[in-house]
Formats: sequence, structure tokens, C-alpha cells
Amino acid sequence: MSVNVRIPTILRTYTGGQAEVAAEGATLSEVIADLERKHSGIAARVLDESGKLRRFVNVYVNDDDVRFEQGLDTVTPDGAGISIIPAVAGG
Amino acid sequence: MAVQTVATTPVTPVDLGPAAALSCRECGERFELGPIFACSSCFGPLEVAYDLPAEDPEALRARIEAGPENIWRYAPLLPVPADVAGKPNLNPGFTKLVKADNLARELGVTGGLFVKDDSGNPTHSFKDRVVAIAVEAARAFGFTTLSCSSTGNLAGAVGAAAARAGFRSCVFIPHDLEQGKVVMAAVYGGELVGIEGNYDDVNRFCSELIGDPLGEGWGFVNVNLRPYYGEGSKTLAYEICEQLGWRLPDQIVIPIASGSQLTKIDKGLQELIKLGLVEDRPYKIFGAQAEGCSPVSAAFKAGHDVVRPVKPDTIAKSLAIGNPADGPYVLDIARRTGGAVEDVTDAEIVDSIKLLARTEGIFAETAGGVTVGVTRKLLEAGLLDPALTTVVLNTGDGLKTLDAVAPTSGPTATIRPSLDAFRDAGLAH
Repeated sequence: MSVNVRIPTILRTYTGGQAEVAAEGATLSEVIADLERKHSGIAARVLDESGKLRRFVNVYVNDDDVRFEQGLDTVTPDGAGISIIPAVAGG
Repeated sequence: MAVQTVATTPVTPVDLGPAAALSCRECGERFELGPIFACSSCFGPLEVAYDLPAEDPEALRARIEAGPENIWRYAPLLPVPADVAGKPNLNPGFTKLVKADNLARELGVTGGLFVKDDSGNPTHSFKDRVVAIAVEAARAFGFTTLSCSSTGNLAGAVGAAAARAGFRSCVFIPHDLEQGKVVMAAVYGGELVGIEGNYDDVNRFCSELIGDPLGEGWGFVNVNLRPYYGEGSKTLAYEICEQLGWRLPDQIVIPIASGSQLTKIDKGLQELIKLGLVEDRPYKIFGAQAEGCSPVSAAFKAGHDVVRPVKPDTIAKSLAIGNPADGPYVLDIARRTGGAVEDVTDAEIVDSIKLLARTEGIFAETAGGVTVGVTRKLLEAGLLDPALTTVVLNTGDGLKTLDAVAPTSGPTATIRPSLDAFRDAGLAH
């Protein structure tokens, strides 16, 4: 499954400044693993030491917050748009 | 020191008074002052670290008391230049701390009950405080457009502050807000954009816009200026203590939307203690939510230290943030201080708005109904001690949320202009 991932400003040092990159994977977990293969170091910024999503990272698959879905096991359909966004905004 | 890419080149040197750096609340990494808000290592929230004045407390108290009757009297403790009071700004703050004796009698509070009434700010909500600080940061970083995601009150505060301070503004709100808030946000002449979605959708949109060339050069007060913006809520703590005679309240009840206000009030109280401006004694912080959007209250009651997001459904729209950024810190503070987090139903919110209006002549918006309602509930549960000094926040004006009480608030009678008709209506007593 090929998906497009929107990269927040603070992670663009890992993607050579690109705001959007392509990745492969049938689940969010697989997509992050593929991102790590292509952009080494990025996974440790998004996941904590135990491999869970960091608590101040929001991830959306096609506009759905994965915390309302299956978290890292959320299915990422072919052509899906994925956004990684810092959670510390608003209020 | 890590340095992140920033949207604009700051005017150098950045003069934000005692602000020394930004520090990650999660991992402690420090960053240069700039329009950044999340830690590049762990995504944690950045907050302002200070070189606070090493000054005799008596002298500092006197300097504050001699200052203007607005938040700039606390400029030595805020990320603003020393000459801030001379710059065009809405100059909010120093709102009334009302001794609510009638409400206290009704609720059985004997230790002194006070309402910090922030409806007295220029755009009638506490948001003027945070925006005033964000305006100074925007000036320092060279932004010319101010923006925000808003549940309503903030949109009005940004529009008004931008008009006064000479910025362009473009603000984003959920499309279905109360008319009072929409009109108030639009009247100042900036751009107002309704987003088809709830507040969390608006917030997400703004977070994406900021990383796109479309949003380049924009100062989003509650995104890339959020570390500075949040500091404005410290002034609530400063004012409450000064108005109590430089004394900490024993208990304080604060509404929770993102949780930023509650965490910054705690930060402000801690600073006053460190500076020796108040005596160091225990205080308890209580958080208040609407049942229809109570992710922090639910986490508190379940003993969790993370907050599971919810889809909001409540009349308290100014508190309708289903994914509160500072939720985990609110839990930490409520537990550290021996406080609690509680929620009330929409019906209890309406009853509590009317209770405050009936007893104290204060017409609160729905968020004020939430704090008064939660205060009553916590007293009944024995979690608030009626014998201690208690401060309840009202963060906005009831005129903004007329819909909440309009169905049950209207004329007692409508009569012909005659004495007979008045007598017949049974009101002559």
C-alpha cells in the first residue's frame, strides 16, 4: 500500500526539508517502519522507548485521529493521506 | 542548543524582558527564543524559562503596586519588553475579585468565597490576557498577521488586539458557534473563517497550515506563539494573590479546555512563592469540565495519567476541546496539590449561570456556569473544604452565550401599560 505522509516542520530535518513524502505499509506501524528505512531517525521522534506513539504526537489517517481508531494498528488504505502533527496546539 | 527552522527571521536581538529561553516541559531541552512551540526531540510543549528578578520581595511588591492597573504591572514576570505599557495593546487585566458572600451563603462556604470575574476584560473574556502577550511576541518576531484556532472567545480577542496593535488578522472557528461570538469575532474587521468541523478539526487545520507555505509569516497565537501566549494566564494567579492581600488562596476552581490556563495559574502561584511575594503554604487546584466534553475529568476519576480524546457535545462551547493539549499536566497538578477534576451536565451549567447571576449580579458565559456548578458539586462531595478561602473563575461574559439561558430567561409578565393590569399580574408586593 502506498500512502502520502505529511511531515511537520520539526521533522523535516529527516526528510531533507520535504513537507510530504511517500511510504509503504498496510498499517500505520508498517508505514512508520518504512519511513524509518527511508529517513533514518524519524521513528524515534514519533514513537517512545516502548514503541508507542508519543503522547504529544497526533496522527491522522484520512482525517481520522488514530487514537479513535486502532492506534498504530490502524489500516492505511492505498492512496491514504497521513498527517503527523504536534499535539501541543490550541486552547 | 538545538535550533529549529522558523517561519520568519526574528528581529535581533529579541527583547522579551526576563524571558531567557524556551524549555521543553517533557524532556527539559532548551531552545532559543523564537516562534516555535513543540520540542524537536520529543514533541513536548515548550514553555518560557526566565531570568526572574533577584529583588527584595518588598521592593518588587511596591514596584508592581505602583504599575498600571492592567497586566503590565507584572511585566517583570512576563515575556514582554520593559516598555510594554507604552505600546499599542488592549491592556487587559486587573479585573475584579468579587467577594461572593451571597453565593457563599447559598453554597454553605464559610471561609470566604471569591469570583475572579474576567468578563471585565476588553473583549469580555480572559483571552485578552493571553493575546496581549502573544501580540508582543509577534512584534518581536516580525510577524504582520495574527491568527488562531478558536472556540469563539479567542477569535474576538485576536481580532480586537490586531486592530489596536496594527496587525492583519485571519482567525478560524468551528462553523456552528454561538452568534454572539461570531459577531464579536467579525466586527473588528479582520478575516473570520468558519471551518466545517469541531474545534479539534479547526486546531488540526491550523497546525497543518503553519507548516505550509500558505501560512508562512503568520503568528498563530495558540500554535507557534503558544509558549508566550500561555504565560498570559499567569496574570490571573498574580492578580488573585495581590487582590487577596498578597496571599495564596487555599482552593481555586478553574475551567479546563486545553488545560493551558490551569497549568499556567499553577506556574504563576509557584513563581510568587519562589520570589517571596507570598507566603509558601499549601493550595489546592480543582479543574472543571462539562460532562459532554470531560476527557480530563474522566482520566482523573479513572486514575489515568494520559487523556483519551473525546468528541465534544456540550453547550459549553468555549471548553469543547476533545483533545486537550495540556490534559496530562492538569492531572499532575490536581493530584500534586490535593485537588480534583469534576464535570457537570448542561442542565447544571444553566442552573449555575442563573445561581451566580441571582446571587452576585454576575452574568457568566457557559464556562462560568461550569466552574460554579463544579464548585457546588465538589462541596457536596466533601472535596472542597467550605471553611477555606476559595476562588472560582468566571472566564467570560454571559452575553456571549445567550442561547444557553434564553429559553428559560424572559419577562415575568407582559401587560398593558395600566395599573390595573399590573395589579392583576400579581407582581405588586
